[in-house]
Amino acid sequence: MKRPLATLLSAALIFASLILIWTWIIRLFHIASFLLPSPVQVVQAAAARFSSLMTSLAITASAAAGGLIASICVGVLIALVFAQSPWLRRMLFPYTILLQTVPIVAIAPLILLWAGPGLFSVTLIAFIICLAPIIANTTQGLISVDRNLVDLFLMNNASRGQILLKLRLPHAMPALFTGIRISSGIAVIGAITGELFAGSTRVGVGGIGYSLQYANAQLETDYLFALVGAATLLGFVFFFVVMFLEWYFLHNWHESARAPAAD
Amino acid sequence: MTTRIQQPAKGSMTGELRVPAVMLEHVTKRYGDGPPIIEDLSFTVAPGEFVSVLGPSGCGKSTLLKLISGLSPITSGKLSVDGMTPVDARQTLSFIFQDPTLLPWRTVRANVALGLELEGVARERRNAKVDSLLSLVGLSHVSRLYPRQLSGGMKMRASIARALASSPRVLLLDEPFAALDEMTRDHMNEELLRLHHEQQWTVIFVTHSVAEAVFLSSRILVLAPHPGRLAQDIPISLSTPRTAETRASEDYDRAVSEISRVLRSVQARSLG
Repeated sequence: MKRPLATLLSAALIFASLILIWTWIIRLFHIASFLLPSPVQVVQAAAARFSSLMTSLAITASAAAGGLIASICVGVLIALVFAQSPWLRRMLFPYTILLQTVPIVAIAPLILLWAGPGLFSVTLIAFIICLAPIIANTTQGLISVDRNLVDLFLMNNASRGQILLKLRLPHAMPALFTGIRISSGIAVIGAITGELFAGSTRVGVGGIGYSLQYANAQLETDYLFALVGAATLLGFVFFFVVMFLEWYFLHNWHESARAPAAD
Repeated sequence: MTTRIQQPAKGSMTGELRVPAVMLEHVTKRYGDGPPIIEDLSFTVAPGEFVSVLGPSGCGKSTLLKLISGLSPITSGKLSVDGMTPVDARQTLSFIFQDPTLLPWRTVRANVALGLELEGVARERRNAKVDSLLSLVGLSHVSRLYPRQLSGGMKMRASIARALASSPRVLLLDEPFAALDEMTRDHMNEELLRLHHEQQWTVIFVTHSVAEAVFLSSRILVLAPHPGRLAQDIPISLSTPRTAETRASEDYDRAVSEISRVLRSVQARSLG
């Protein structure tokens, strides 16, 4: 019981000293607030425009979540196809690597051109950036089943579908969650990147990416900091939700998911 | 499916006429164009027999079980299980692997139920069957636990219970107790014999341990390696039922040293 408290305390201490150092630097070097606002100014800006900050957060969160969930659904389906034959994998796997290596900032304008600006395009961009880790990890999980276990199912006259549903899929769950954990972080980045190009759905209110650009253009550096803080927080929330789901589904049987509970 | 508890073969008169549980005639197995793993292997196992297979590594012991179970096709010869091809006989066969091969995401209970579930047995009947199997192998108290929470011996019991769920008539075991410590292993051997006595399956048991083979078997097949072939077919005439005391008897010691001698000469010939 002592250790989490100590961890929390030291984290708070480090946070407080960072805030102090930040404040002192501004005082010491007389930095203009449009270059580096003080922590108090950032909090004030966030409070003053709290409702539009929350709206931006909600828009970005929904695009990131939508993209992530869609990538899980589509990614698992593609992995199921890949798991069917080594021949298919050899043919198609290079394209998933392509998916990962193509710079998202380069194709984002194209997607906007084709799908038009708005939430749909942003979600699509988040989806594309999330897809590769899901496919790669789930495929690996589906095919790395112990040969003896497959034999066991064959001895019981199991059908291909039964082997997939009762053996390969559950066996792939830890790998799938590894993929989701990776994708949950980049989903937020993907959504914000998309918004940088997609602009706003309504004038004055857009996702975090749009608002970042807007605040930057208006030299509202304090609000820009508030937006960065909100985006970081969003990334954290995504990560912890996925961590919790992973623990919830796997802690009974899988080592990796047990670690936090055992400590 | 009803719980099939077969009657032991009473009187060898009828035993002679019955369909052999497992029959191999001039069986050869090779992978691709490689050298044969098993060559011209012939033997017959009568229903209810407990046969152990011993031999130096490379004699194709594990391959033999894969052939009998139909997991791997034979290259030439004839192989029948209960008068059927191995694949057709799967209903009557159960395989127990060297590792417990339990599904880590299922509880002990759900693991034991796996075969019945795949067969499509209704939940109620499945539950009743699983309950009786768990108490048979002494795991009722841990039925809700996951495999990682069990000891090695308990995992093996769960694996055995799962294999018995389909009421098999032929049981194939591939060094099932090799990973266990000696005490647990001896205990598991006694349990296995007790179950065999009750259920009267035909057992083919692959092992590295001469002591284990002698204790369990009514017959021991010694295979020679490169390619795998039958070197000796030795009946074990120790009195039954065999218990922990059997291991202290002179007959047992004599049988163990006899089999060890045969195994050594087979090994020497294969090296020389």
